Amino acid sequence: MSLYASRRRTNAIYIGLCYASAFFGLAWLVVILIDLLIQGFGGLSPAIFTQMTPPPGESGGLLNAIVGSLIVTFLGVLIGTPLGMLAGTYMAEYGRHSKLTFIVRFINDILLSAPSIVIGLFVYEALVAQAKHFSGYAGAFALAVIVVPVVVRTTEDMLLLVPNTLREAASALGFPRSLVIGKVAYRAARAGLITGVLLAVARVSGETAPLLFTALNNQFFSTNLNAPMATLPVVIFQFALSPYKEWQQLAWTGALLITFAVLALSIGARALGAQRTDK
Amino acid sequence: MVDVALEDVPSAKAQDKLRVLNWLRLQDKSFHFITMGAALTVLLILGGVIASLVIGSIPALSTFGFAFFTTEKWNPVTEQFGALAPIYGTLVTAAIAMLIAAPIGIGVAIFLTELCPVPLRRPVGIAIELLAGIPSIIYGIWGLFVLAPFLQKYVQPALIDASANIPVLSSLFAGPPYGIGILTAGFILAIMVLPFVASISRDVFETVPAVLKEAAYGCGCTTWEVIHAIVIPYTRVGVIGGVMLGLGRALGETMAVTFVIGNAHRISESLLAPGTTISASIANEFTEAVGDLYTSSLIALGLILFLITFIILAIARYLLMRLERQAGS
Repeated sequence: MSLYASRRRTNAIYIGLCYASAFFGLAWLVVILIDLLIQGFGGLSPAIFTQMTPPPGESGGLLNAIVGSLIVTFLGVLIGTPLGMLAGTYMAEYGRHSKLTFIVRFINDILLSAPSIVIGLFVYEALVAQAKHFSGYAGAFALAVIVVPVVVRTTEDMLLLVPNTLREAASALGFPRSLVIGKVAYRAARAGLITGVLLAVARVSGETAPLLFTALNNQFFSTNLNAPMATLPVVIFQFALSPYKEWQQLAWTGALLITFAVLALSIGARALGAQRTDK
Repeated sequence: MVDVALEDVPSAKAQDKLRVLNWLRLQDKSFHFITMGAALTVLLILGGVIASLVIGSIPALSTFGFAFFTTEKWNPVTEQFGALAPIYGTLVTAAIAMLIAAPIGIGVAIFLTELCPVPLRRPVGIAIELLAGIPSIIYGIWGLFVLAPFLQKYVQPALIDASANIPVLSSLFAGPPYGIGILTAGFILAIMVLPFVASISRDVFETVPAVLKEAAYGCGCTTWEVIHAIVIPYTRVGVIGGVMLGLGRALGETMAVTFVIGNAHRISESLLAPGTTISASIANEFTEAVGDLYTSSLIALGLILFLITFIILAIARYLLMRLERQAGS
């Protein structure tokens, strides 16, 4: 009986620890979101969306940073998505069993988790050092390099979920591969492909490290992609580490904006993905 | 079929089916080549990253030689650079992170697969994954303004007092409680990589055949005994892969660490002292670096970081792939 009691006790202890770790994991999400709301909500005003980032000690907004972030993110996704989708298409359709696919999948998975600051260094060396000035283009390109592995991964996964019988039916009608892919596979996997793009947008919209020495920063409103450009994450980085109260407040508000944008994107992507699997 | 396709080929004459077929054949071939080119571009990106880092770090490595890896000195004024302090900081913060995140992440995964009521599984799983989606700069600003003061006020003084008379611990937790430092950075990293470890462990735990678990329960095993004797041995390789993946993230994480590590190029015995990591050094100093040697030294740091994470991630992927094959066969 004592053996039984000790087994019960061991079980209770370890199960208790599992509950505790689940609580630990979830508590941080709640704590971080609450702190963001407490600190950032106070600074939320129309001025955030209408005024430029101020010099130290003055009040202002984040307009140039928000616009810069939107431009750089949009351009980065615009460059990275087609490339990633085509590569994913090759891996799932043309070269499903080829050696190249195996190697690309392995390398892609590594790029997926590679430190983003290294991507920043790469783009600095490849573009900024050659052009001898920082630019919005370089920032967009750095983000594109981060978008590609995300899109490659989801595209391949989603296309592999498309039943082969659909492809065979289309092939039996005499469709060449390119039309089978374009008219059947892509359409069947559409929701999944959009999910992948949304996840990629969510992933890059908070990226800071690769923008630090590519897009740099800009105190003023600028839509010139060939010049340094302010982006929200870089502005948050600069303002949060400054000693000025106004800047720190703007940093918190910016952080609040980014977090909720990212959370909305990832929840939206998941909802879309769930719809697909329910069907 | 040709008739169907004709709608999309306005230029072709409807009567000329052979021409349409040829055109489709060409289209198919070019699409094949374009997609293959895109796949090769992924390899090219990796090649470009490695090449640019190697070329960029040549000036530093040829000036300092092997001593670059073994000296602690980092002096932009006299242009003396050594990578030891950032390498040390990177490894120690990642180790602290994994010490906390690995057991807790596995605990969360066990909770999600074995203990959690079924209707709650999806929402709790999504909440943990959302934690992974929060950008690292948010962890940074939160760590700097909320976590660091909290640790400085309550946790660190208690640590210092509690370990004052214990030989090894007293030097690990020595000195004034700054709030920011190696320990705080490791703790933030732990919170950041926890969701990665948890979600991958959950995925691999789900590959355990229900029959195995049911058989063990049928023999009278407790829940913990089933986990300990069936689930974990069956998925060991995958769990190690997940932990390594988390480690890869922890090593390369930049913004969260940069905020709370203090950016001091020195190796202190105490975990409470400020330090630096490879990524934090690059993020803090790169735009201000003047002179080729300074820039090149920072790029060399980036090369070291990339090589370390590449090896760790490659091992992680290899382990996870092995589990996939085992599950498939």
